Amino acid sequence: MGMVSGDCRRLHSLPRYYGYYVAMLTALPAILLLALWISLDQSLITHLVMASLPQSMQPLPPSEQSLLINDIRNLATGNITSGEISPALQAAADHYRHLMHLSRLLLPTALFLLAIGGIALGLKVIHPDRRARPAVERVIRWGLILSASIAILTTLGIVLSVLFEALRFFQKVPLADFLFGLEWSPQIAIREDQVGASGAFGVIPLFAGTLLIATIALSVAVPIGLLSAIYLAEFATPRVRTWVKPLLEILAGIPTVVYGFFAALVVAPLVRAAGESIGLEVSSESALAAGLVMGIMLIPFISSLSDDVINAVPGAMWDGSLAMGATHAETIFRVIVPAALPGIVGGVLLAASRAIGETMIVVMAAGVGANLTANPLESVTTITVQIVTLLVGDQEFDSPKTLAAFALGLVLFIATLLLNVLALYVVRRYREAYD
Amino acid sequence: MSVIDAGIRPDGARDARETDATVGKPFLEKKVTLRARNVNVFYGEKQALFDVSIDIGKHEVTAFIGPSGCGKSTFLRCFNRMNDTIDSCRVRGEILLDDEDIHDPKMDVVPLRARVGMVFQKPNPFPKSIYENIAYGPRLHGLVSGKSELDALVEKSLSRAGLWNEVKERLDEPGTGLSGGQQQRLCIARAIAINPEVILMDEPCSALDPIATARVEELIDELRRKYTIVMVTHSMQQAARVSQRTAYFHLGRLIEVDKTDRIFTNPSHELTEAYITGRFG
Repeated sequence: MGMVSGDCRRLHSLPRYYGYYVAMLTALPAILLLALWISLDQSLITHLVMASLPQSMQPLPPSEQSLLINDIRNLATGNITSGEISPALQAAADHYRHLMHLSRLLLPTALFLLAIGGIALGLKVIHPDRRARPAVERVIRWGLILSASIAILTTLGIVLSVLFEALRFFQKVPLADFLFGLEWSPQIAIREDQVGASGAFGVIPLFAGTLLIATIALSVAVPIGLLSAIYLAEFATPRVRTWVKPLLEILAGIPTVVYGFFAALVVAPLVRAAGESIGLEVSSESALAAGLVMGIMLIPFISSLSDDVINAVPGAMWDGSLAMGATHAETIFRVIVPAALPGIVGGVLLAASRAIGETMIVVMAAGVGANLTANPLESVTTITVQIVTLLVGDQEFDSPKTLAAFALGLVLFIATLLLNVLALYVVRRYREAYD
Repeated sequence: MSVIDAGIRPDGARDARETDATVGKPFLEKKVTLRARNVNVFYGEKQALFDVSIDIGKHEVTAFIGPSGCGKSTFLRCFNRMNDTIDSCRVRGEILLDDEDIHDPKMDVVPLRARVGMVFQKPNPFPKSIYENIAYGPRLHGLVSGKSELDALVEKSLSRAGLWNEVKERLDEPGTGLSGGQQQRLCIARAIAINPEVILMDEPCSALDPIATARVEELIDELRRKYTIVMVTHSMQQAARVSQRTAYFHLGRLIEVDKTDRIFTNPSHELTEAYITGRFG
């Protein structure tokens, strides 16, 4: 400001942009250095320590090497090590400790110097003609890109890891057996004569169970959700709406575990009792109980999405239909709902992908037995439940049983992805029609 | 108020009651389809129409003109009780359709709207096929029995709206895919499919280009033979071209009603003259 003697218009950018500019020059290099340091210093130090080890200990297979590094680290921090301590090891540990100390000392110094340098540079380059605002804008843009790419890269990483583990699984079990097998029994015999350990990896029963439960859930959730959405959107007075809508959305906030034990402890016995009273054999863990409760869980999904699309139908449709002499209900069911149908279908598909991915309710209420059945009164299991049971507890990560979880995960991922893409496509097409 | 007062003062000693009286010829001797007497409309506390009284002649086109917000659309919507759909809106006064009070508790709004059809400012075909758009009303009111009768009615309605030749090959395509002018004629066909006595048109051409407008105006002129038409328009040329009688509204009051040529050549009221000569509005 001094340089232009208080005349803002002679600055290229507003004064505050010069402030941001200097602040960025100060902070950004330091932050970058900190991030690099933290991510690299461990491996760098380890590398240096390993290089300083005596020749006799140098060429090691990777597994032993990591064991050795662990020993050195434990020794350096004063923890218990495995085996006796050799002098070479002790020396390495000292070296390690020394380097760590150095690193901790160097880091703040370097950061401080960098920051000072940044300020100095900033003050030096600041000038009325300095294009500070575009520079600040650029940094903001890159910051936003970075944030966005973190989410995308994480997703990509998850997908790739699932994919590679699944490929390992398919090296052990043929793809066709997995996709078309009618039996699921992932226990692999340790002894020859072990009972019930056939090691069959047919995904069909799981798929059938998943679809059965999802179908039951949707046949509960779609009618109730849709009708409540219609009520809320078109019949409820504003007062009722302000009360009922949040209440309905509370349903969406209940943790699925809570739904799960509600299903297992309340609904399943009820279903069983009801079935027995009319002379039906109902297993204590039934697809019906799980599906019913899951359906209730999905109601707010459907109703809130449908409510939005019903409200998005232009008022001109209402006027047009009412002016033809249609009643309120005729208008809703013959014009408004058909007009909103693509949006509603999109909502239902999203709910379906939720239903397919849902785990806790099914674990608790539908059981783990992989029955290939269409009878909702029997116990069935789903893909997600099997992933859980495969990975819970101590597992080796190279047996087909464990790897099967990744294959299942991949199948599940593809199925829900397709559903979501379909749903988004349908919803988008609908939006285009009215905007 | 001051503008209205200014328009009346030259006549000298009129009292306040007469100040609001409509000039011209609001009432007809015979062949009256709709008769409105002292209609007042309120939106909440705000009064939108003040003591409007007018007769709408049978098989005539009556045009409502006036600056925006003058209450002409509000008044039009009284005739098929579309104002019922607005919560805060209250209508007072008497409206007779063929000597039946449309606000009579015994009068059901469903048959009323079947007798008084409506076409809106913006074409609003339902997101259904062209066929279904036309079939909607007849099905609703049970006017036809059987597919062939419905087919015939759809063809008749579309022909009458001058749309049949353009769409007969694609009746199952969505009505929303037609051009704006075609959509508006589809909406007119939809309205006449239930064979109403009266068709209300709320600025039916304001969303259309000049060519489509000309087609719709021609259509309105033809429809007059069978239907009584009341239209709101912002275009004075349109009112002059298609209507037989014109009513001029100003700030919620019906200022003047007369034969269209008289309104446009020799208006009695200063405000009407000011409006049609483009001094405001």
